[in-house]
Amino acid sequence: MAQQLCINQGECRTGQFFALLALGGLVVLGALFAFFTLEHHGHILTGMNNQIVWGLPHVFAVFLIVAASGALNVASIGSVFGKQVYKSRAPLSGMLALALLAGGLAVLVLDLGRPDRLVVAMTQYNFKSIFAWNMIFYNGFFAIVGLYLITLMDRKLKAWSKPVGYMAFFWRLSLTTATGSIFGFLVARAGYNSALMAPMFVIMSFAYGLAIFMVVQSSMYRWNGLRLDEGVRRRMKNLLAVFVGASLYFTIVFHLTNLYFAKQWEFERFILLDGGIYTKVFWVGQVVIGGIVPLILLFMPRSKDAQSMCFCFLAPFLVILGGVAQMYVTIVGGQAFPLVMFPGHEVQSSFYDGVVNAYHPGIYEWLLGLGGVGVTFTLTVVAVRVFKFMPQDDFQTLQARRSTD
Amino acid sequence: MARLASYLRAGLRLAVLLGVTALMAAPSFEAAAGVELPKLEKGKGEKCVEDTAFMRRNHMELLKHHRNETLRQGIRTTKHSLKACVECHASGKTGSVASSKEDFCVACHSYAGAKPDCWDCHATKPGKHSVRQAAQPAVSPLMPSSGGRQ
Amino acid sequence: MSDSMNSKLEDRRHFLKTSAVVAGVTLGPGVLFFGVAQSRAPEEGASSNQRWGMLIDTTKCGDGCSDCVTACNTENGLTGHTGPQDSQWIRKVDIKDLRTGYVQSLPMLCQHCENAPCVDVCPTGASMKRADGIVLVDRHSCIGCRYCMMACPYKARSFVHEPLTDQNPEVPRGKGCVESCTFCVQRVDRGDKPACVEACDTKGHKAMLFGDLKDPESEVSKALKSSDSVEVRADLALHTGVRYQGI
Ligand code: SF4
Ligand code: SF4
Repeated sequence: MAQQLCINQGECRTGQFFALLALGGLVVLGALFAFFTLEHHGHILTGMNNQIVWGLPHVFAVFLIVAASGALNVASIGSVFGKQVYKSRAPLSGMLALALLAGGLAVLVLDLGRPDRLVVAMTQYNFKSIFAWNMIFYNGFFAIVGLYLITLMDRKLKAWSKPVGYMAFFWRLSLTTATGSIFGFLVARAGYNSALMAPMFVIMSFAYGLAIFMVVQSSMYRWNGLRLDEGVRRRMKNLLAVFVGASLYFTIVFHLTNLYFAKQWEFERFILLDGGIYTKVFWVGQVVIGGIVPLILLFMPRSKDAQSMCFCFLAPFLVILGGVAQMYVTIVGGQAFPLVMFPGHEVQSSFYDGVVNAYHPGIYEWLLGLGGVGVTFTLTVVAVRVFKFMPQDDFQTLQARRSTD
Repeated sequence: MARLASYLRAGLRLAVLLGVTALMAAPSFEAAAGVELPKLEKGKGEKCVEDTAFMRRNHMELLKHHRNETLRQGIRTTKHSLKACVECHASGKTGSVASSKEDFCVACHSYAGAKPDCWDCHATKPGKHSVRQAAQPAVSPLMPSSGGRQ
Repeated sequence: MSDSMNSKLEDRRHFLKTSAVVAGVTLGPGVLFFGVAQSRAPEEGASSNQRWGMLIDTTKCGDGCSDCVTACNTENGLTGHTGPQDSQWIRKVDIKDLRTGYVQSLPMLCQHCENAPCVDVCPTGASMKRADGIVLVDRHSCIGCRYCMMACPYKARSFVHEPLTDQNPEVPRGKGCVESCTFCVQRVDRGDKPACVEACDTKGHKAMLFGDLKDPESEVSKALKSSDSVEVRADLALHTGVRYQGI
């Protein structure tokens, strides 16, 4: 079966395919193990507590979900803006978007206190809750992007790919806005209460999604012993640089506007100066590894024959790491900062009021969080193997265009 | 068509992954036909608040209805309250409805293959505030309430 | 639900209504002796003609006293442990004015907000507000996502981190759900005061007043009318049911 469907260029490396599958499966199994253990013993085994209520699983989940929307970018640029290079990458982009969302949602669900009530979550909606809206957006995303993929891959339905592509485009913009709003609506917490939260999430989703797309694309080309066309490479590289730059810009604006409000100073001090691990993760992870270094790599001038050193893998990979760091700072850092109930007062209680909350993620959180990545990875490996997701570039037109632009 | 089938297969795989958690056991008496019926300890008092046959099939609906009324509307009638069930049906031996295999709720549920999650949160033993004590005289002042006075 | 069942439930309702009248007559003064204004017939639900609320006078609240906390733990079956993963429905918070150095101590609990953020954000509607303003978690539909804990400005909520047994039959609680102060709804529905308030009274502090904010004759309404009081984080305009005096 697999032999038959092996339609990629290059040889069919069945052994290695199963090795990858086993790796992904193992990680997923790890998450399931963590899930059943927690289901039995409760979250007491994790480092999460009544102060840090959302931990590592949520860092991974939100990252994957946000990246899912961004991964669809490539397809959108193809369908909505009609760029040929991106069009031929649309199926891969759509598939990745689905795999990422599946991974993210899986973690979110497996971490619930009562995952057995998933049915309740899917049937009982409080329409005032942005969280409930998110569930609707997620489910819709599966449906619409799934449909979009079918229109892309089935010749007879090809004509539909444009309108459905538009729909997917707007749907996922709403999805990321809604995901960002999950945090933006938390008025009580200094770290979240900002109208910038939603647009910032949208921009960051562009960067993370494209970065993941590029990493997967590079791996696929290498896997098949192919080299990505230099023109395509350059375009995507520049696009990524724009997104990473924009994310950095938004991060700066976010913190600057916070500095404008005196009541947010304490929080800014915490993240930017003396928040310990969070300050470090912010500067080293989010800003340097996830922003500055990739930008340098992407813009580094290179001689023609140093093409193999294109950083088409390394730079986006760093962007991904930076993205996870950003989520950690946003989600965990935002909770670690003491909630202000009595401004102008020093507070103390048995419930850890007024102290910076400590968070030490345990093995189960890691297993759950990485399990989401595992789900995405496994789905991607299988999909790439079974379907025709390898971008089909028309090399002659590319060549011709390259000589003109 | 073949392609459609493989889409479906991929989708199915996804569904399975996400659906692991949504497994639910379907309670059914018929399924266990042939197995000997559980022997239940007799409850306190003369008879149940409804016919036994009716209760056997519908107690969950009554309880569900009652729980929503009590929790969300603050209606505190006792006739169909879980606490009242526990007071009458707590075992003479264990004092509970669900701590041993022979206890009232467990005996029947395991026979029927039902796995309700009531006892994750609700006490399986009667408490010191008896619901029957408060309600019984009001409903029927002439009948001595034998339930739950412990 | 089947038709026959519906009609059965209808019958039952009717039956209960009639019997309630009988009960009122039969029991007469004996039952109505305690808290006339507060108690109501069991089949009568919580009503929006009432709004339960509390006034806490911090000047009367003893520094180092935690009788309210102990009473709450006993009533609701909490362990009283204070690890980061343990539930605390009410806690004593010591505050010190950074400019003047003035130190105060006060109990912090679910403020039973009118515009409760926890209710707004809860995806399933498990966090809910009763007609009489008491905010509760319906554990039958709580999925344990903890979004409400993120949203609560008072850190009033706890997540149950481990399996529980031997709960108080009147206070069901269990692993994987979020919980918080219920104003001792089981007591309030019987016409009693919340356990914390009762304890504060019996110990002679009388720092907590509980009652119906919509009843102008209630003790708490009168106290609120006669002196200044504040909401904590009044800037959020949540119109809390719990107000403080002296801060
Ligand atoms: S204090 Fe917190 S838990 Fe209580 S009603 Fe307000 S938001 Fe909800
Ligand atoms: S933890 Fe429960 S009560 Fe809180 S928001 Fe989630 S479902 Fe609602």
